[in-house]
Order: sequence, then structure tokens, then C-alpha cells
Amino acid sequence: MSGVKMTPELVAEHGLTGDEYNTVLSIMGREPNITELGIFSVMWSEHCSYKSSRFWLKTLPTTGPQVIQGPGENAGVVDIGEGQAAVFKIESHNHPSYIEPYQGAATGVGGILRDVFTMGARPIANLNALRFGDPGNAKTRHLVDGVVAGIGGYGNCIGVPTVAGEVNFHPAYNGNCLVNAMTVGLADSDNIFYSKASGIGNPVVYVGSKTGRDGIHGATMASAEFSDQTEEKRPTVQVGDPFTEKLLLEACLELMSTDAIVSIQDMGAAGLTSSSVEMADKGGVGIRLDLDKVPMREEGMTPYELMLSESQERMLMVLKPGREDEARAIFEKWELDFAVIGEVTTSGNLELFWYGETVGDIPVKPLVEASPMYERPWEPTPAQAEIDPDSLPDAGKMTNCLKDILSSPDMCSRRWIWEQYDHLIRGETLQIPGGDAAVVRIPETSKALATTVDCTPRYCLADPEQGGRQAVAECWRNMVATGAKPLALTNNMNFGNPERPKIMGQFVGAIKGMAAAAKTLDFPVVSGNVSLYNETEGKAILPTPVIGGVGLLKDHTKMATLAFKAEDETILLLGESKGWVGQSIFLREIHGREEGAPPPVDLEAEARNGALVLDLIDKGLVTACHDLSDGGLAVGLAEMAMAGNIGATVAEQSDETPAHAFFFGEDQARYVVTSTQADAVIHLAEQAGVPVQVIGRTGGEALTLTPEDTISLELLRHAHEDWLPAYMSGEEAAEQ
Amino acid sequence: MRAAVIVFPGTNREKDIAEALERASGKKAQFVWHGDSDLPDVDLIVVPGGFSYGDYLRCGAMAGNSPVMRAVKQKADAGVRVLGVCNGFQILTETGLLPGVLMRNAQLKFICKKATLTVQNSDSDFSSAYSEGQRVVFPVAHNEGNYFADDATLDRLEGEDRVVFRYADADGTVNKAGNINGSQRNIAGILNEKRNVLGMMPHPENATDPAQGGTDGLGLFKSLAEVLQ
Repeated sequence: MSGVKMTPELVAEHGLTGDEYNTVLSIMGREPNITELGIFSVMWSEHCSYKSSRFWLKTLPTTGPQVIQGPGENAGVVDIGEGQAAVFKIESHNHPSYIEPYQGAATGVGGILRDVFTMGARPIANLNALRFGDPGNAKTRHLVDGVVAGIGGYGNCIGVPTVAGEVNFHPAYNGNCLVNAMTVGLADSDNIFYSKASGIGNPVVYVGSKTGRDGIHGATMASAEFSDQTEEKRPTVQVGDPFTEKLLLEACLELMSTDAIVSIQDMGAAGLTSSSVEMADKGGVGIRLDLDKVPMREEGMTPYELMLSESQERMLMVLKPGREDEARAIFEKWELDFAVIGEVTTSGNLELFWYGETVGDIPVKPLVEASPMYERPWEPTPAQAEIDPDSLPDAGKMTNCLKDILSSPDMCSRRWIWEQYDHLIRGETLQIPGGDAAVVRIPETSKALATTVDCTPRYCLADPEQGGRQAVAECWRNMVATGAKPLALTNNMNFGNPERPKIMGQFVGAIKGMAAAAKTLDFPVVSGNVSLYNETEGKAILPTPVIGGVGLLKDHTKMATLAFKAEDETILLLGESKGWVGQSIFLREIHGREEGAPPPVDLEAEARNGALVLDLIDKGLVTACHDLSDGGLAVGLAEMAMAGNIGATVAEQSDETPAHAFFFGEDQARYVVTSTQADAVIHLAEQAGVPVQVIGRTGGEALTLTPEDTISLELLRHAHEDWLPAYMSGEEAAEQ
Repeated sequence: MRAAVIVFPGTNREKDIAEALERASGKKAQFVWHGDSDLPDVDLIVVPGGFSYGDYLRCGAMAGNSPVMRAVKQKADAGVRVLGVCNGFQILTETGLLPGVLMRNAQLKFICKKATLTVQNSDSDFSSAYSEGQRVVFPVAHNEGNYFADDATLDRLEGEDRVVFRYADADGTVNKAGNINGSQRNIAGILNEKRNVLGMMPHPENATDPAQGGTDGLGLFKSLAEVLQ
């Protein structure tokens, strides 16, 4: 192993700077060998060390009475009552998905599922947040097709329903698509598993698939910009096997129902390296690994390759002494590899052996603690001017605008996507994709969890801080609209190259906005992931801090949905409407302008309005509820009408706002509800200090926005449903 | 009703089926691991949905040739009712208990949605709770549900009244528009010659609880509970 000579080129190839390498030398007190260099390389990669983001991530609120486990473990854990916990996290697989969309997306789903079941939770819902380039870009259709098939291929096979998601198209993602996958799991709160190794002499056990040469240096790849040579990186993408993961899931849960496990960690990015280092570091112990005992898929693998492989569907665990046979029997029943490959030691070092010979010896504590942390220079994003709605030219008939917006790539129905995902398996899906949030029931209880992923990248580009606030607020609002009390969030920070102060400024702004919103809304961050360097040839993506949330409905029979339920019900608008058109979908799709300041987010108003909506739903005073976001009131009403197959007539408008701003403005903290007891709704709203306005009634087979401006539900539905299938079948090649 | 649910590595809808059986009969089903050599003494065997052995070969091909399926075949020959849903249907065709094959969906995509079916015949232990021609909505979730058999086999299936469910449009009319996966003659579920084995692609088990948005599937399990007491 000592045969490879350390050169500055080799160090650079491993993504380490000169300064970082000097730190390696001082930690080791000697030159590292190639295996050790590889370990430092992946552990100190952006992906594993969060070196550019850690300083700022620490400013996020992470605590609350509902939080059982915040950031730092495989996933966050929140209390959902009756001795149960929700376990969840979101993670990106952006770079692999761009290179090899099917496998990149599939292994993204596999990785996040493992993060959740590693903690002792059975996965009950998958979500995904996707961003693709301009529909007219040559690669976009291929990426959409592959990513969707990969997500479906993995989730459908393993048998976890994919219940919610979001998709945007924008030229800024032409060279970097985003694939963020989230899993929500259910566990008993007294049976959560952690990664902290303990018990000197306890066996370290490897289970799951064999190790191959796939994915070597995936974490390092995920920490660099793309260039035109990116295609050559295809071999660094892992290949997923959902069948094996299903077996691993069942075998792990079976073993977890005994008390044989001390600690467990999945082998995700940086495989055996990061799992063993994290377990040892958390426990303040050493770990000895006999690498020749690792189950191998190929002959002739080296210690370097074994430590850096990102082969999928593998776990590392520490067992209680003497429980190996019991554990082995379970894994063999599920036809999975099981090997004792090492033990917990007092050394405090990661000691690696190859047929008895030392091939690596690194002190764990400095490896982790000396990992670089940069407070990178940043520039605040300049504020954009507000746009006066009166300054816009006449946009013609409202219903024509509505039709154009509903058939635009960002606003059209995602049915073509979610019908490829099994969203019904397990039989607990109470709200399928297409609503504000998905809702899944907790078996054998009256409870259900609401869950959603949200981000509005165009807001974040214009004003990262307001955009960060808005992403958190919209996620929170989407769960409130189902009647669920939001509990906690997980975040996926997708940004460009943090070494550029403008990009770092976007990151810092978004964090500040998210922190403020999470604090005011009592919606702490319990897990997350950072994906930087989403750039190709110097062009960055839109800043995309995706927020995934989980909320609790104590009584699922009270759940609200967005569909109009009956004719002749009163439609009420809750929250203040100023007609904010800056950065709106209306401004972009109808006027062709991506401009202006995004809508400000008044967090006190969000909290107040949301509390009222939860109260109204709990009291059974509303028959339908929908939050307003992209496309504003007109789009919200159209979605409610299409879902319920019942029309509506708007009778009242604002006196102060021009009609197009009233219908398409994207003011925040707003909901539309329907009710048969409008007086009671108005009374409670006034008591709570929430602006309320009766705007019309349900009924008929058309949506009437102004007395002379009507559109049939059938036309709306065509506008909404037709674009994506047509685009994917190649019928609309170069539009947009 | 004493029911056994077979679990292969990769089976994933066993929970859904077991709950549906319990909702209809009030009795708990028994899970049988594929490696268990003896089948318990039951009057209904269910082969549920999923991806047995990963379905990396032709769907259901490996499970169809497994020892446990040979035992299921013997039980079926002895008159025990057997229900195969989705991957279970694929496995029953691979085992030879039912004719035909399930090919890849015509549109080459996995499809998960609520599908409208018509009950083609209510003269079976699986469908007696329905009326003939009744329109029902069951979810589908499959990539290979495109039923194919040669014309002679199809004629025979129809001649012997062995087609139990067909795909239909939203109004319940059996036509091309309602044929979600390209199946020959819109076939969604068929019986064997002795009428004690039913294979079907849609998932009646996911339509057995009002919270699932419909209870049309309950009739199938109630039919079985009725005849098997």
C-alpha cells in the first residue's frame, strides 16, 4: 500500500488544497499512504464536511419540545404522540442524476430511505423536489424521463408510496438538474437507533450488498463544478438495487425488534469511510477494520477502493457481544451478506488491516474536528425595486391569462409524473399528489401525517432572505391547509459555487430567512443536506433551498382537502391581498418579465392566519381549504374547481387593486376556504385579527372571474392537463 | 375464512391484502414465508403484489417456479381458492394456474391510478357480492399489466365466462379509451377452468376503507368471506 508516492498532483486530484494537506501532515505526523489520503479526501469533501456551510447552518433553530433528535444523525426525529415518532430527512442526488438520470435518481431514493430505516423507522412516504432546465433545451426531456422513471423504479419496487413533490423548469438548471428526495418514516419513540459506537471489543458488522468498484469518489464529484468532461464521470454514479434494499429494510427492522444492536449507520456517501468514522467519532472510541473480510463483488479490490466505494444497500453496525449468531440468522434468512469485519477499540483511531498487515491508521478525533470550516466571503444580493401593478400594460381577459398560466411548464398538472409513482401502496394514503400536502394515515391510530416539499427559486434569486422565509412559510402553510399542525422541517440547500461571494451571499440570505421563519412559526430544522457547486461552466442554478415538512393531524377524519365539495357554498379569502406582482408567475408568463422584489413574508401574519385556519378546520367550519401561492387567487380557485368538478363565481373584488393584480398577485399568508357557515368563519377571523373577505360562491360548470369573463372547467382542465404529456411525447419540442 | 398470504422476497403489498381480508371477514390472515416448506391448512391462499425476487427476470418468473408455488398449485388442484393480485397474477400465469401472460404496459410506463372496471360476471366465489355489469373503481399500480393470450384462449375464456373484470372508461363502458394498459379485450381479471383461482392486475385491497377514497374492493373479499364463512 505504501507504493504510491505523494505528489502535489495526487493531492490536488483528491480535492485537497495545499493548506488542507498540511493539516493532514500535522495530524498524521507523517506522510499519509494512498488509502489514508483517500479517507481525508472524502471526509473533508464539501459533501461530507459541510465546510462552506457549517458556520451558517449552526444559526438555524433546531430545538423544541417536539424534537427528539435534531441535525447530526442519519435523520431528524419528532414526537407524534402515543409513543410514536416521525423520522425524516431530505437529501440531494443532483450531480449523479444529471450524468445518469435513472440510476442517479434511483440511488437518491435508496440513500434517503436507508437514512430513515437506519434509525429504526419503517418508511411510510417518499417525496421529491425536482428542477429541470428549459423545456426547449435538448437534454431536458431525457432528464425528466429518466429521473421520474428512476424515482418510480426504486420507490415502487421497495413498496413505499411516493406521495408528493414539486417540479420547476428554468434555463438556470440546463446544466444542473436538481433531484432532492425525502423519506418520512414511523418509529416507536423508545426504539430509535443511533450511530454512536460503544462497548470496547464489540463486533463491527457489515450487512447488505457486496462492495464493488461503483461510486468511488462520488462525494468528491458532488463537491465540484461540472465541465464539458462531466460525461466521463459516469462510472462514479452508483447503481441501485431496490430489491436488495427491500430485503435490507426488512432484515434491519427484524433485527431492531430485538435488542442486539448497539449502533447502526448506513453506508451512503463515502461508504465504509464515513460510516466507520462517524460511529467511532460519536462514541469517542476507535474502530479496527479487517478489510479483507468485507464481502466483495469483484476480485482484486484494494483497501483504497474498499474504503471509498459507494456501492449501495449496505449498513455498518455494532452489535452487543455474543449476538452475532442471532443477527446472522436474520440476514441469512433475507439472503443478505453478513460479516464481522472488525471491533470497537480503545485506540481512538481508525485502524485498517489487510490480511493482518496495517494499511491505514488515522486518529478519528482530529480527522473529524480538524475538518476544514470556512467562513467564506459573501456579498448580499442587491434589493430589487417593487413593481407597481398599475404600471403593467393591459393583459386582456383574465380567463385567457389563467388558461395560459395553467398550461405553462411550471404550473401545469404533474399527473404524468405522479401516475408513474405508486402513491397508494400500504393503503394509508389519504391525500394523493395534487393537493396542498400529502396525508398518510398512521396505522391503528386516528392520526395522520401531512408532508410536503416547497421552494420558490425565483423569489430566492431576487431576494434570498425573503425567498428563504417564503420556502419555510409555504411548506408550513401547505400542511396547515390540510388541518395538520406543522412539527418540524428538513432542508436541502441547493446552490452554486460557494467560493463566489455572490453565491455565498445567496446562501447566507436564505439561511437568515429560513431561521427567522422557522423560529416564528415554531417549525425547527431537524435534518438537512447541502448541495453546493451546482454550476456548469460558471453558470449557477437558481438558489434553491428546498424545505420538506412534516405535520400532525390528531384526527384524520377532520382533514381538509382543496376540492370544492358542493354547489352554493360561500368562498372566503383569508389574509391580506395587496396585489403583489413582483416575481409573480403572472408577470413571467403573461408579460415575459422575471423582475421585481418578491412578495414580502410577514411571519407574524403567517402564524396568526395559520392558527385561524387550523381552528376553522378543527371546528369543522370549512368544507375546503387551499393555500395561495404561485399564480395567486385565480390559480387557487381553478385548482379547487377542477379538483371538485364544481365551478365558482367571483362576485367581489378589491376596490383598490387592479383586477389582474387581485387575481394573480402572490401576496403570502393567504388561504381560500369554502363554508356553509360563513358568518361563523367571519366572526372567528375578525376575532383573530385576520383579514377576511367573501369573494363568491361555488356552483356550475365554469369559473367566472368577472361578470363578463367565464371559462368552462373542461377548458381549464385541458389547459392544465395537456401540456406535460404532450411535451414528454415530443409533440411540443421547442416551445418555451 | 382461514387465509394465508404468501410472502416472497420483494413482495410488498402483503399488509394491504391482510388488512382488506380482515376488514371483510373480521379474521386475521396468516403470512407464509416462501421458504416455509408446508402450507398451512387454509381455504384461501393469496399471492399479493410486489416485485418478487426483484422481478429482474420476466415478472413473476422466478416466484412462479419456486417450491412454495408448486405447493400452492397442489392446493389449487385440490379446490382451495387462490387469489393472485398484480405480481400475484403474473406469478399465477408463470406457474401455469392461469393462461396468458402480462406484458409491459402499452404506453411503456408504470401506471398508478384509480381505474374504472366493470364486473363482467358475478357468478364466482370472488365476485358474488357484485352485480353483473357493475361499475367499480379499483386502483392499479403496475408496469406489466398488459394481458395477452392468443385468440383461441381469449375466445375460450369468454366462452366459459371466465373474465371477471374488464377495464372501462369513467362511465363504465368497455372501450379502447378505458383500456389503461393495452390488455387484450380489456381483460383485468380471469378465473381458471375450475373457477377457484382468480388472477387480476388491479388492487381491490386498496379500495376497502372509506379513508382510501372508496370501498368498491370490499365486495371481492366479502364474496370470499361469505362462501368460506
